[in-house]
Amino acid sequence: MTVNGPVLHMINIKIGATAYPPGERPRDVTLVDGVSLTLARGKVLGLIGESGAGKSTIGLASMAYGRGGVRLTGGEVIVNGRDILKGGTAGLRALRGREVTYVSQSAAASFNPAKRLMEQVIESCLTHGVMDRAAAEKRAVTLFRKLGLPNPETFGDRYPHQVSGGQLQRAMTAMALCPKPDLVVFDEPTTALDVTTQIDVLMAIKEAIRDTGVAALYITHDLAVVAQVSDEIMVLRNGKTVEWGTTDQIINAPREPYTQALVSVRSHEHPEKPPAAEPVLTVEAVTARYRSVPIDVLKNVSVEIAPGRTLAVVGESGSGKSTLARAITGLLPPSRGRIRFAGRPLSADLAGRTKDDLRELQMIYQMADVAMNPRQTVGTIIGRPLEFYFELRGAERDKRVQELLDQIEMGKGFADRYPAELSGGQKQRVCIARSLAAKPRLIICDEVTSALDPLVAEGILKLLLDLQAQENVAYLFITHDLATVRAIADSIAVMYKGEVVRYGLKSDVLAPPFDNYTDLLLSSVPEMRLGWLEEVIAHRKMESAGN
Amino acid sequence: MSRIPLSALIGLFFTGTFFFVAIFAQWLAPYGLNEIAGDVWEEPSKTFLLGTDTVGRDLLSRMIYGAQVTIFIATMATALSFITGSILGFSAAVIGGWYDQILSRLVDLFMSIPSLILALVILSVMQVSIPVLIVVMGLLDSTRVYRLARAVAVDIAVMDYVEAAKLRGEGTGWIIFREILPNALSPLVAELGLRFIFAVLFVSTLSFLGLGVQPPLADWGGIVKENKDGLVYGISAALLPAFAIAALAISVNLVADWVLNRTTSLKGGRGA
Repeated sequence: MTVNGPVLHMINIKIGATAYPPGERPRDVTLVDGVSLTLARGKVLGLIGESGAGKSTIGLASMAYGRGGVRLTGGEVIVNGRDILKGGTAGLRALRGREVTYVSQSAAASFNPAKRLMEQVIESCLTHGVMDRAAAEKRAVTLFRKLGLPNPETFGDRYPHQVSGGQLQRAMTAMALCPKPDLVVFDEPTTALDVTTQIDVLMAIKEAIRDTGVAALYITHDLAVVAQVSDEIMVLRNGKTVEWGTTDQIINAPREPYTQALVSVRSHEHPEKPPAAEPVLTVEAVTARYRSVPIDVLKNVSVEIAPGRTLAVVGESGSGKSTLARAITGLLPPSRGRIRFAGRPLSADLAGRTKDDLRELQMIYQMADVAMNPRQTVGTIIGRPLEFYFELRGAERDKRVQELLDQIEMGKGFADRYPAELSGGQKQRVCIARSLAAKPRLIICDEVTSALDPLVAEGILKLLLDLQAQENVAYLFITHDLATVRAIADSIAVMYKGEVVRYGLKSDVLAPPFDNYTDLLLSSVPEMRLGWLEEVIAHRKMESAGN
Repeated sequence: MSRIPLSALIGLFFTGTFFFVAIFAQWLAPYGLNEIAGDVWEEPSKTFLLGTDTVGRDLLSRMIYGAQVTIFIATMATALSFITGSILGFSAAVIGGWYDQILSRLVDLFMSIPSLILALVILSVMQVSIPVLIVVMGLLDSTRVYRLARAVAVDIAVMDYVEAAKLRGEGTGWIIFREILPNALSPLVAELGLRFIFAVLFVSTLSFLGLGVQPPLADWGGIVKENKDGLVYGISAALLPAFAIAALAISVNLVADWVLNRTTSLKGGRGA
């Protein structure tokens, strides 16, 4: 379809929905308030913002689609010169999957598990009559090759469960590009992937966009990622445009304070504390496996943590870092090895531990909303450990709850609220207060900042460091994000396939010479500058050519 | 509460009326339960609003007393089945392992036998009284509640907040009653309405077959049984209690539907 002028032109769009707050009357809320944008042919516009900024909503609006009750209430969405809001259902059907296509965040949840990949990749070509089956399959194979998928000729014969997450995300990109659309909406396509996988998918997407000359909206919360793929960036907050400019300008010369905060958020560095003599937790040669799976998920892991220090456990998904936490907490008794805690041996099984063992070893979870009972108030959630461990009751308990709320910077009036009435960052703070209430010596933090927006996550990390200084509590900090590690760790254990491949003080672990895996991991973390992706890829190609 | 649909309002009104009549039967009934007040199978008239039955007792009074017996037995049996079913179901989900296996297979065993036949066998060897009836019905029905409660609780038991409670060292009691129960309540309440109706139908069926409520007491199923011969002569006395059973079933179902809708919309997100 060749029309001159921009592919996508949104004029002052407004998007709203009806909210159903618990215990109140439903009310209308505005999700996007008067955003305008223009996207030229073959260009990539990055939409960035925290959750609730309206970036996905805008992306879907380019197809005139509203997810679950979301509706466009004003403005114009012009695709290829037509206002698609006026085209009716038939017009939309002709547009979706033909002129505008969509790549979602979770490819694993978006593919039909009962159909082969090829069937799904060429489906929109066939329904829209863009090409016949033979031509479509040929194009799909070309796209598979371009996206660097293994065995492109036969890749389409597989079922979704037979390929990896990164490959599935690339297959979805092939599906979006197959009908030769004018615009592709990428909605956080690499967020669910490990950094080492993300880099390949990013490169594949970038090359595919360049080679096919398609325009794209690239939605993400990670500024470093969007800087690698887009020509322009629009920063959104609370449904409004904060700043819109070229990638170069946004990254190197941000004008608005909010953009400046986003750009500088990951540059924090926590000074390493000197090692202390007596460790609070010693894990000695622990090996563990899950019942009915004959593979050791943890192999001979030995680490130790000193009081008031932070050990960061880093690795990609499946590396065994959460399993290590389960072994230490006693949820998964190790098959071999010993764990010593606070100078005494710790029973492998949860049932064999004393109340003091349980009290002094606390845990904070990744998803704060499922780590709190939705039917309990904040006061009950924080107050229960006080009742349970210290037998505090009534006014005494309430006073201590308020002290803890002050400690996590949440002030008065929160004790009577339910978790549903808190923001993501506040929920995580309440979870921190709950573990703090037990006066622990060690807190295991399992990806506690991964589900949070960058600025909120920064606040949580700062709070954790402050609390460590006040209470001298040690952290076992599990994460896949190296920026977080830099910001909080004193020592680091890098895990890969159940083994600790590198372990030591932060300054030693993050300094060369590296082992292969640590090198790969470190070089895969997106950096917030232009041209980083090309450099890394060029460097890797050179290295593999040299070998 | 302003958004109660019309169907639920109708259901609430009739359910309320039935329960009101059941509770105040002694004051509402114009004649005694076994008082022979007129001729056999009289037509409805001013003295006997619904006519008389097979031996000349006032049908309206018997229906009112029957409502009391029927609803009392059904309520008690439902309560019993919910208490046993949900506690066993929750504990099976929390404790797991052998405890869960043994209970679940036992429940499978009982569910594989049609409960009416099982109830007939048990009741025919025992002296039937109201407490026995309630216990037999309640325990047989608790297998259904067990299944539901276990299914709901298994989903909740893997949530991080339950794990957090276990790591804190909480006992099974706290986990069942404070962590799981409040979150499993909505689907259970919806199921409660449906199970109550099944209990009404169950006790009516048993009485009709002669193994339920025994004379001199009467319930709706029993009244149908006593008057069924009249149908041959064009006497409608047997149809009235049958109609009452149907009306109660439908009105409670309307309420249960509404509760069910509300709870599913809470669980699965609204709108979509």
